Amino acid sequence: MQKVNRDVLLEKAAAMLDAGEVQAVLGWGAGEFAYDVTPRVFETSDELRADFVWNDFCGANLSKYLVSKTKKLEGKLLVFLKPCDTYSFNQLLTEHRFEREKVYAVAVPCEGMADVQKLKALAGDGISSIESTDSGFSVTTIYDDAPVEVKGADVLLEKCANCKSRKHVAYDELLGDEGEVLDSNRFDEVERIEAMTSEERFAFWQGELSRCIRCNACRDVCPACTCEKCVFDNPNSGAENKAPTTSFEEQMFHVIRAFHVAGRCTDCGECSRVCPQNIPLHLLNRKFIKDINTFYGEYQAGAEEGSRAPLVDYTLEDLEAEDVFKKEAE
Amino acid sequence: MRKCSLSKLTDLFQKINESASLYLPATDNAGGAVYTKWADGVEYLDVLNTVRSPKDFFFPQSENLMEFKLKGKNIEILDIREESEDFVIFGVRACDVKSFEVLDRVFLSEPVDSYYQNRRAHAVIISMACMRPADTCFCTAFGIDAAEPAGDVSAWKTECDLYLKANTEKGAQLLAKLSNLTEECDDSEVSPLQEKIRNIMKKLPLEGISLENFGKGKTKEYFDSPLWTELSEACLGCGTCTFVCPTCQCYDIKDFDTGSGVIRYRCWDSCMYSDFTKMAHGNSRNTQVERFRQRFMHKLVYYPENNDGLFSCVGCGRCLSKCPISMNIVKVMKALGGEKK
Ligand code: SF4
Ligand code: SF4
Ligand code: SF4
Ligand code: SF4
Repeated sequence: MQKVNRDVLLEKAAAMLDAGEVQAVLGWGAGEFAYDVTPRVFETSDELRADFVWNDFCGANLSKYLVSKTKKLEGKLLVFLKPCDTYSFNQLLTEHRFEREKVYAVAVPCEGMADVQKLKALAGDGISSIESTDSGFSVTTIYDDAPVEVKGADVLLEKCANCKSRKHVAYDELLGDEGEVLDSNRFDEVERIEAMTSEERFAFWQGELSRCIRCNACRDVCPACTCEKCVFDNPNSGAENKAPTTSFEEQMFHVIRAFHVAGRCTDCGECSRVCPQNIPLHLLNRKFIKDINTFYGEYQAGAEEGSRAPLVDYTLEDLEAEDVFKKEAE
Repeated sequence: MRKCSLSKLTDLFQKINESASLYLPATDNAGGAVYTKWADGVEYLDVLNTVRSPKDFFFPQSENLMEFKLKGKNIEILDIREESEDFVIFGVRACDVKSFEVLDRVFLSEPVDSYYQNRRAHAVIISMACMRPADTCFCTAFGIDAAEPAGDVSAWKTECDLYLKANTEKGAQLLAKLSNLTEECDDSEVSPLQEKIRNIMKKLPLEGISLENFGKGKTKEYFDSPLWTELSEACLGCGTCTFVCPTCQCYDIKDFDTGSGVIRYRCWDSCMYSDFTKMAHGNSRNTQVERFRQRFMHKLVYYPENNDGLFSCVGCGRCLSKCPISMNIVKVMKALGGEKK
């Protein structure tokens, strides 16, 4: 499905590595199967040629790794960024989380990434090979059944099915053609939940959050969660908690996290992508984004480096609290 | 061996549930499966792996151990545990059944963990053979036969029938209660099924992964390997792998201040976490590389060292499918064992 070929990315990175223009390359590395891609730092062009991948399973957003990986290097780090990843990139820069000079950002156009779970639900768990076709994938399994043809559009990651932008908002170099900011349907589901009664809404979230195992994957993958020590991990914070023992604790973690990233979350979709329990965490974040748009005017975190989020900015035009309630009543 | 038509499955569940609570995999309404207490209307979901493993039954994510009540200058200590009732778990895969053996060695060795023992003693396990294993399965590496799952009762399911075979006294007692709903049949009736399963298992992409290079006495060989840095490079330290793993067994014990006393509870911990085994002097593993190494060394080297060569991984593949960055024990084994392609 991807329009830009792996080799285009590979040759770009290999040439810069060999010329000493960058010290290392942050990209996606091959796994055991066709789909289990691992973010990886490549130090030589040989490593790149052996293991670098760019395919329909490169959903992982590499931006957050820049925080730790640039600190370890003297020289520059080349990073590949999909459109959504560039929003996180800008947001991290806005928050001074890494040094811009240490990064060479290569923007890659993206046609949407596949969700392995959705693919397996349609094709079967025992995948032996996945071939890309014009419209999606042809999947063979170990069960001797005939290959299953799967439409790419049916197995997109949630974040890709509701992609907000195919446009890269930050880079040093763009490979291929630039895309556009999209009219996405990303708030439809939020509206559906807003339309519920408060009891229904409470039951909905309780049902979803009760599956949480507090593995922290959502937090640890989140580019907006870059605190050196999270309160939930800090034994001295009084809020440390490793397991949700009550439904209150289940909710507390998520409500606090959602508030903490409000105005900073770029809606990169990583939290929902990695949740082992398929909890639709993006809906919490999108509710905040939608409310910010409604109350303070359109704002997209990460669209512009250095922009001030409405929640941490004061203008004379800001709504008064009572107006918020009035607007909500409408 | 006993046999029952699938059309009588609900009656069978009903009957089991009459004498002991029955738990089985059912939809979690989010694309996965979760062990659910059976009641009329709860449908058995024949999925391969539940997201959370059945270790939860014996070693729940959190449990209260005791309570301290302050009365003036006295502290009263209350044993707040509840005696477990008898229960039956239906549909446990061969890998997960094996995980109980791994956990038993930890919790039932002296000093015996009476909380765990209490639940374990009250459970009857009905396993289920795997007709359609996943590409992430590698149980065969650990000598597990998915065509002949262990447990108190082993079960096989075809399009129309369920076959049940008792392996233990407890299992035989359970099957005796179900005799009206089942009929006697010959063990050989499941042989074609077993052969089919074993043939599919041979086609698994991870078939043939070797444990030869792991186990007892390998600490020195791997501890200082430079590969740990590369392998752990992308690890988020999230702990998903440990929480979905049926054999991960580490926990933390904590005190919760209730205002008028203290509830002492324990909850799962993860060696991937920064405050794991934090002591007065600080933490013994300060980097993610060290924490990451701990998880895999524990499974592949330390545990076998202390348990007659038994590994503390059963090849269920949960960490393969759930790790956000797709790093897992198979990749570690292949890299360390020099098998990397
Ligand atoms: S990733 Fe999912 S299960 Fe894990 S802590 Fe976040 S919401 Fe809970
Ligand atoms: S190996 Fe994967 S699941 Fe385990 S802590 Fe690291 S990132 Fe999380
Ligand atoms: S380490 Fe992974 S494959 Fe092994 S038992 Fe644990 S979750 Fe399953
Ligand atoms: S690892 Fe083996 S026993 Fe477990 S689900 Fe897969 S095939 Fe079945």
